[in-house]
Amino acid sequence: MNDADKKRLLREMIFYRRFEDRTFEAYMERKIGGFLHLYSGQEAVATGVLEKARLGRGTDNDYVITGYRDHIHAIKTGAPPREVMAELFGKETGSSRGRGGSMHIFDPSVNFMGGYALVGQPFPLAAGLALGCKHRGTDQIAICFLGDGANNQGTFHETMNMAKVWNLPVLFVCENNQYAIGTRIERTTAVVDQYKRVCAYDMEASQHDGMDIDIVMEAAEKAIDFVRSGKGPYFIEFMTYRFRGHSMSDSKGYRTKEEEAEWEKRDPIKIYSRRLIEAGIVTPEDIKAMEREIDDEIENDIVKFAEESPEPRVEDLDKYVLDDNPDPRWIGPLQQ
Amino acid sequence: MAETAYWEAIRRAHDEEMANDPMVIAMGEDIGVAGGTYKATLGLYDKYGPERVIDTPISENSYTGIGIGASMVGMRPIIEIMSINFALLALDTLINAAAKIRYMSGGRVQCPIVMRTPGGTAHQLAAQHSARLARMFMSTSGLRVVTPRGPLDAYGMLKSAVRCNDPVIIIEHEQMYNLKEDIPEEEFFRPLEGAEIVREGTDITLIGYNYSVHLCLEAARRLEADGIDAEVIDLRALKPLDRETIRKSVEKTHRVLVAEEDEAPVGVGSEIIATVNEECFYALDAQPVRIHAADVPVPYNARLEKAAIPSADDVYEGALKVMGRI
Ligand SMILES: Cc1ncc(C[n+]2csc(CCOP(=O)(O)OP(=O)(O)O)c2C)c(N)n1
Ligand SMILES: [Mg+2]
Repeated sequence: MNDADKKRLLREMIFYRRFEDRTFEAYMERKIGGFLHLYSGQEAVATGVLEKARLGRGTDNDYVITGYRDHIHAIKTGAPPREVMAELFGKETGSSRGRGGSMHIFDPSVNFMGGYALVGQPFPLAAGLALGCKHRGTDQIAICFLGDGANNQGTFHETMNMAKVWNLPVLFVCENNQYAIGTRIERTTAVVDQYKRVCAYDMEASQHDGMDIDIVMEAAEKAIDFVRSGKGPYFIEFMTYRFRGHSMSDSKGYRTKEEEAEWEKRDPIKIYSRRLIEAGIVTPEDIKAMEREIDDEIENDIVKFAEESPEPRVEDLDKYVLDDNPDPRWIGPLQQ
Repeated sequence: MAETAYWEAIRRAHDEEMANDPMVIAMGEDIGVAGGTYKATLGLYDKYGPERVIDTPISENSYTGIGIGASMVGMRPIIEIMSINFALLALDTLINAAAKIRYMSGGRVQCPIVMRTPGGTAHQLAAQHSARLARMFMSTSGLRVVTPRGPLDAYGMLKSAVRCNDPVIIIEHEQMYNLKEDIPEEEFFRPLEGAEIVREGTDITLIGYNYSVHLCLEAARRLEADGIDAEVIDLRALKPLDRETIRKSVEKTHRVLVAEEDEAPVGVGSEIIATVNEECFYALDAQPVRIHAADVPVPYNARLEKAAIPSADDVYEGALKVMGRI
């Protein structure tokens, strides 16, 4: 990876942090409604893993799927940030045409197959995407990002079993931020190290620091190579921390200030900035300039686009329930 | 024409659709090597192999989810659920995912899955194997729900369901798999929408779907002996519902009865009578009647079971009541 790429990665992570900060403000201004789950603190995981995936608008890209904390996964996969922001604003120009909102960003043009609210539901959907890849005989893979709490769903066990039995090309990325809303992992989960749980299915697995993007990339590259080479599924766990509440309505009363301060020292952006400064790849001034540029882009391009975009028309309320242009040969109506 | 059993019709539709399109796969418990609980995939494992006729573990919610995920990238899975009772396990992926993904994605992603499952009572299978549940799927936006009453629709609607771009639930019936009917030997399709008038009449409209169409037909034969000319409608599709055919028939007969095998509260009958009220209330000459199961978990004891589940007798008597004869 050359210096320009490293600089780009740092810029991406700063962009993701600022993007989420701006959605927080928009939520406070009531421009965004519903539930809003921010990714701040966990940026190194999605950025690092997806940096090693095959992304873009080509025909043989990997598929990405995740839960409701999905803005950044979507953007890193290739969804235009303008469209993601417009979706949060409920606009017709949004990734999901204003029908999905924060938790349901979709962009199949880049193989981002959605954000889902039902904790654990993406496990089988991801395995299904992988089944599709395998069936077509391509070397595409499916990548599924979910939290630690999701592993207590039945779909986790059912899917790990089938993914292994059918040798599916799927990478499960566990973002272990140690909390499921306000409940700390030890209080609900018999085995705290999540990667150990899949040994029941004889699946390859490993655990890594999720706050250091270099470590994430190195581990992800190996895991992705493994899956792509046809060796079957892989479960990779990254230890991380979310800096904000679970969603907007969170008091954070379940975590101590000390714990938060400890993890903030391990801020993935701080770690990577420091590393690049020490290596002489960027200067603190470069980073300041980057931040100004990013804020300008977010405000004057992304948010502006979202603000100025039209809302969906009420006349279109029942569009997209079923196929809007069905083939009468299969649908009918019946000729008596 | 060839005399074909309901199960053979389903098997033939699988076979033809799998031969036609390599993206069509079948998934379910015991459907491969064992050939399927209802023989719906008999011999297809040998013909298409384990990658296309997939024996799944007993993990209804997740194998349905895997089918859904595969359908999002162009596959056409036909998912068998051994009994509609077990479909309750798959409601999360089916209803929270398949039925909503097209909408939530603003029309950008579709889930063309077919879920087949028998929903109905057989003989003395007791409460946990006798659910019907059509009403539950009927009330879910984003699904198509069809209820083939015989081999013709079992074959033709499965073929259409495979090609349709929406998630389709096909509700079969434990007591119909051996039902025989002559069906054309050349390929054909039956549409997923539209009710069918299976017997024309002028005095009363009897509405059924799935197995209850047969109860209505039997009742109609007996009513004929009493000089009552009943029209029988097979709804065929519970969702979307064909309101037109119901309206036209009731405007002709001025009397209506709905027969369902399910319990009544918030059921198919409630929906049909509400539809009649909305479409043609003033055409009615008599209070509508619905025939339905007792509001109890289905009992094991044969006598109690019989009392719980509607029969042709019940439909016949219900029709006499609508006619003011009793
Ligand atoms: C099936 C289901 N049950 C409960 C919820 C409510 N819920 C939303 S997020 C969440 C916690 C999930 O924690 P985790 O998987 O660790 O993800 P994180 O939020 O930490 O990223 C819960 C319980 C839900 N969305 N879905
Ligand atoms: Mg968590």
